[in-house]
Amino acid sequence: MSGLEVALAGGAGGFAVEVAFSADAGVTALFGPSGAGKSTVLRMIAGTLAPRAGRIAAGGRVLYDSARGIDLAPHRRGIGFVFQDGRLFPHMSVRRNLTYARWAGRRGGGRPLAEVVALLGLGALLERRPATLSGGERQRVALGRALLADPALLLMDEPLSSLDRARRSDILPYLEAVRDQARIPIVYVSHETDEVARLADTVVLLQAGRVVAAGPAAELFARVDVSGPAGEAEAGALVAGIVETVDAAYGMARVALSGGAIEIPAAGLAPGRSVRLRVRAGDVALALERQSGLSIRNQLACRVIEIAGGPGPHALVSLALGRQRLLARLTRKSVDELGLAPGRPVVALVKAVSIAPPGAGRDAD
Amino acid sequence: MGAAEWAIIGLSAKVALAAIGVALPLAFAVAWLLARRRFPGRALVQALVNMPLVLPPVVTGYGLLVLFGAQGPLGRALEALFGLTVAFRWTGAALAAGVMAFPLLVRPIRLSLEAIDRGLEEAAGTLGARPPVAFLTVTLPLALPGVIAGAVLGFAKALGEFGATITFVSNIPGETQTLSLAIYALLQSPTGDAAALRLILASVVLALGAVLASEWIAARLGARGAR
Repeated sequence: MSGLEVALAGGAGGFAVEVAFSADAGVTALFGPSGAGKSTVLRMIAGTLAPRAGRIAAGGRVLYDSARGIDLAPHRRGIGFVFQDGRLFPHMSVRRNLTYARWAGRRGGGRPLAEVVALLGLGALLERRPATLSGGERQRVALGRALLADPALLLMDEPLSSLDRARRSDILPYLEAVRDQARIPIVYVSHETDEVARLADTVVLLQAGRVVAAGPAAELFARVDVSGPAGEAEAGALVAGIVETVDAAYGMARVALSGGAIEIPAAGLAPGRSVRLRVRAGDVALALERQSGLSIRNQLACRVIEIAGGPGPHALVSLALGRQRLLARLTRKSVDELGLAPGRPVVALVKAVSIAPPGAGRDAD
Repeated sequence: MGAAEWAIIGLSAKVALAAIGVALPLAFAVAWLLARRRFPGRALVQALVNMPLVLPPVVTGYGLLVLFGAQGPLGRALEALFGLTVAFRWTGAALAAGVMAFPLLVRPIRLSLEAIDRGLEEAAGTLGARPPVAFLTVTLPLALPGVIAGAVLGFAKALGEFGATITFVSNIPGETQTLSLAIYALLQSPTGDAAALRLILASVVLALGAVLASEWIAARLGARGAR
């Protein structure tokens, strides 16, 4: 399956954007603070905002090429777009909204309606009107509607930002299901670290209209020199693993990682499931040897790779855990008193309760 | 009511329906331009559209007579191109009614178009709908309440139009004598009071019926939107 290639220069309202990235099937997050140009880039890919120059190709088709004078209208780009505010048609039932691309857009019938309805749990909503739906239901319908347009590329512009925290975690599993079933590139715009950590395969970090870093999510999140929009305080590594056992009596799961195992709250996990965990750097403490008499349930043997510390009181320590990376945020004073240096073996202490209920990991295929 | 009175009501309905039938698509186009496009002379178009609302109707009627009379430039053009004579014909009464009702058609349509979230049309585009399809499936249905409100208001205005009509096409029984003109003529005659009263009641019923019908349609549309 051919992916997405983007190279764009342009701007809107005195605000300049210059980006280049490519994406394959799976979620590519355009990640950055508000005003970084994420939505601008997305609108240029969709064709609702004209770039000054560049080239966009998706699914083997050129959508835009300033050098060759190609600029397809939005309705000819074969995309699906999930807007921040849903943008459901208020005068149509959910069913008519879902099938809009079929009857008004003449898009072919790739996915059966019933399949999308089942995937997103829309069965009970079909005859309802958008005005009667909750915010979360609306975004699920918007997602289904975009999928039923049989897009070669799915664009999502902060689809969860209009929802409160509880609703977001209701929708995330649906987004994961779409990610795992739709074998197309998905470009996901967000400034929420947790969403990106949970969904993204690849991360493109934008700042002031430019790409400052890009790469596989786990690698990017483990870098000490790159911090997300929330800043260094929110830094944290992504680790992938497989649920080994679930202790039903205590509601705990043991997840096997490369280089160790970690205990976390089970929250509906079953053995054999692959999961992705975000371990915040601020939730990781370091010790020189294993400790006893601690409530902290996870002690992971690691090796120091790199220490980044500025003039401030904090330091960010990158650790090797098997083939994976962890980040620990300490004071520079601790770093010096423990004598931490690259190559030094340490034990990372991680409280089980600090780890959020994980999203489903992506099975290798 | 006698046959003559029924004929007057029939003529009035014909004149008002023809006026709205022709004026409505034009009014929609003008409302769309005013709501969606920024072009030089936009303020002038807006002012021209509203002229019949503020000018004395007699002046509008006189303007129509000058432009569309048998010797008027537009009157001769209509005659030459379509074989259509409007001077002193019911078609002229319809033209006068349409011109007078025009601002009342444009305003609610423009307001309803302005209230539509442009993002919905953008969404239709990302779902593969070409602009004309997006217009027919999204813009037009969402503007419908405004179109209906305008049509009813315009119909009522066309039905009761007096000044411009009498100035432009005179008061010819059976040809241009609509309800208002007939009532006026009957009230001038010493024996016409009873007939005038019947026509007055008929016009009240017609106007009331039109307003009730529009309320009913609006309520149905509203129910469809909220279900």
